[in-house]
Amino acid sequence: MSTPSRYWRSIPQRYRLEANKCKGCGKISFPPRLICDACGSREFDAVKLADTGKVVTYTIIRVPPQQFVDQAPYAVGIVELADGVKIAGQIVDCDFEDIKIGLDVKLEFRKIYDVGHSGILCYGYKFVPV
Amino acid sequence: MREVAAIGVGMTKWGELWKKSLRDIYVETALLALDDAGVDKVDSMYVGSMTPGLFVGQEHIAAMLADYLGQASIPAARVETACASGALAMKLGFMEVASGVSDVVLVSGVEKMTDVGGNEATYALGTAADQEYEGYHGLTFPGLYALIATAHMEKYGTTREQLAMVSVKNHRNGSKNPLAQYPFEVTVDQVLNSVKIADPLRILDCSPITDGAAAIILCPVEMAKKMGKPVIKIIGMGHATDTIEISQRKDITWLEAVYLAAQKAYKMAGKTPDDIDVTEVHDCFSIAEICVMEALGYVEKGKGGPAVEHGLSAIGGKFPINTSGGLKAKGHPVGASGIAQAYEIVKQLRGECGERQCSDARIGLAQNMGGSGASCVVHIFERE
Amino acid sequence: MEGIVGYGAYIPRNRIKVEEIAKVWGADAPSYKKGLMLEEKSVPAPDQDTITMSVEASKNALKRAKIDPADIGAVYIGSESHPYAVKPSGTVLAEAIGATPDVHTADLEFACKAGTEGMFMALNLVKTEVVKYGLGVGADTSQGAPGDALEYSAAAGAAAFIFGRENLVAKSLDTYSYTTDTPDFWRREYQYYPQHGGRFTGDPAYFTHITGSAQGIMTKSGTKPKDFNYVVFHQPNGKFPLRVGKMLGFTREQIEPGWLVNLLGNTYSGSSPMGLTATLDIAKPGDVILLVSYGSGAGSDSFIFEVTDQIEEVRDLAPKTRYLLEHNRRYLEYGEYAKFRHKIRKAD
Repeated sequence: MSTPSRYWRSIPQRYRLEANKCKGCGKISFPPRLICDACGSREFDAVKLADTGKVVTYTIIRVPPQQFVDQAPYAVGIVELADGVKIAGQIVDCDFEDIKIGLDVKLEFRKIYDVGHSGILCYGYKFVPV
Repeated sequence: MREVAAIGVGMTKWGELWKKSLRDIYVETALLALDDAGVDKVDSMYVGSMTPGLFVGQEHIAAMLADYLGQASIPAARVETACASGALAMKLGFMEVASGVSDVVLVSGVEKMTDVGGNEATYALGTAADQEYEGYHGLTFPGLYALIATAHMEKYGTTREQLAMVSVKNHRNGSKNPLAQYPFEVTVDQVLNSVKIADPLRILDCSPITDGAAAIILCPVEMAKKMGKPVIKIIGMGHATDTIEISQRKDITWLEAVYLAAQKAYKMAGKTPDDIDVTEVHDCFSIAEICVMEALGYVEKGKGGPAVEHGLSAIGGKFPINTSGGLKAKGHPVGASGIAQAYEIVKQLRGECGERQCSDARIGLAQNMGGSGASCVVHIFERE
Repeated sequence: MEGIVGYGAYIPRNRIKVEEIAKVWGADAPSYKKGLMLEEKSVPAPDQDTITMSVEASKNALKRAKIDPADIGAVYIGSESHPYAVKPSGTVLAEAIGATPDVHTADLEFACKAGTEGMFMALNLVKTEVVKYGLGVGADTSQGAPGDALEYSAAAGAAAFIFGRENLVAKSLDTYSYTTDTPDFWRREYQYYPQHGGRFTGDPAYFTHITGSAQGIMTKSGTKPKDFNYVVFHQPNGKFPLRVGKMLGFTREQIEPGWLVNLLGNTYSGSSPMGLTATLDIAKPGDVILLVSYGSGAGSDSFIFEVTDQIEEVRDLAPKTRYLLEHNRRYLEYGEYAKFRHKIRKAD
């Protein structure tokens, strides 16, 4: 579970999907990397990820980790965004039967979990069908 | 480099071992291996264990276990690469003997998982995934493999029944293994109707939470011959990694680390998949065994499902897999699984597997994998 | 001239019908539906709260405003259900839209009028040229005590307004506030549900302050009800806004476009602001809109807006309020509703 500093450090990614794009080969890394794993370049431009995409694969989690107990069952998928980057996230606001590979989705800001009754609230992105 | 032989193996029954601590399990199996090898003293030891810190609040187990085994003062190290920690320990033990740094090396794996509740165990196992971009969004280990399964089913037409048949076969084998956690058979129907975990995987598609350890003793082949032991050599070894996030894999249905590790092992051993008589693979989930069969080159990409369905991986089939019962029936005390695989291969090559023996097994392969396939270590053994 | 540069709303997809709540408490659904003029209300999912709805409403406002969020100099969320008791909601919103760090942020509360308070502050900082753009949001995931009358209407939603001085979709012509200390509805610290004064919440509270505020702004600006194309009142239930409209001399047609409560419920700090977004969704250039909020405790903020040509350019750039109200609805049974609203006591 996230501690305040670990959560805070990821805010640019969780809230604004900030990534970086390799100056050498154009590959987008999310989260941003220090060295491109495709071409080895260490120079990057700051970019933001696209906010729409298609579902590439998915599952329904029925036995959740502790902090997701009240949310289960929930769908999680890997989405290929319009810019080609693939990211994992929950798929919400639809019936499980309606989720399929190829489903068009967009990103929405949601709460991911509470750190217990008294810890911080952790926010981020989830996918909703378009 | 010297040739390396395995002269002793040890393993006790796996399961929920309430009365035994991590130290107990480790020492019992290490003593069995020492006895089996006929040695009192080892030069060095490696222990594979994924996370004794999270499971029992104990780190520094290498020194502790050397002490409790009565081998205090020897160099000892605990190594980790998630669920492949066992095979990683074996790789390092192999290298230490092969390079001449040590003669007799004790390699073990141990995990004590039942001193924490189900939630904490799930959390501990989940640390093998990407915490910030997989775990953060609620993905669990079954969830990650379920994502792979969904994609594999869509791409290749693999069916739920074929996944279930992996568990059925492994339980059939496990019912013949007195050390297995679940030595009983299950049917396809039972698997298909068992509790849902992460669609399409049900609980009988998933390996269990287990306490257990296994040990193997390595030494130079020359020493094994002098001791009059059957010479079971490690002739090939390969180790590779892949992206930790499965979303970053070029093909979510393909385990590249397994492919690369196996290729390196085959090359070093001078063998091909057709030469392998018996195999132990990392069936943490039924889909994993199907993907591993493909990555090892036993079948073409996408053909893992039909292969299981047609009995190719059963005892007596073209390439028997998981005669021990696999992780599914034998259990999966995370760091120990890789060594238990080696235990089974050594026993098969010695002809000591009773009802689950593969006739005339001479060459065996053990494939141990970490997390969702981000690491893989493969060893090939040969009876001289 | 200052005014609205962009506006947006957000409504969660889950709903619960009056009948479903009445069934559990053994109440007479038809009389509640008739008495409150209410059919159903919106329900936030466990992953939705004042902050998440504010972010989505603000993103919709940004789509219409077409400005660089870094130029937003003030961010205010008004709510009576801020997720933290101590830690601002506005900072999460400011980070999510990219307005940090050069920004002033404050969280506001004043029962159902906290939204228009944020709007008032953002608007006036723009008017006095302290900031280039100001964002004011009204959002709530209000709680109604189980079995209480308010359980039928306490709903969830958000509306966001970006104020500026150029490319206005609606000019701000005047503002007025009417405030007294009237304890009609309150919640003490550590109490889970609010309490209210029953019928006391009517005449001395809602009606006195809305009429005081509406009459105040009309006197101040020299206008009469017939000078407005539309009027939006705070909507605690279906009846009150229609009744106060009639008392003040407004017609049903003036109230209708902004009257969402029968299908939405009372979104508290989002209530009149969402009525405004719904009205802007259909208003024509030149239309004059009167907005009159109400917050228990008690007070009422009034605004007069005049719609410009720009509205036609930007209206379709984000989802309309009634689209959000009617699209992709999912109806809950009381059990799931109680689970979502944390009304079930679980083990620690």
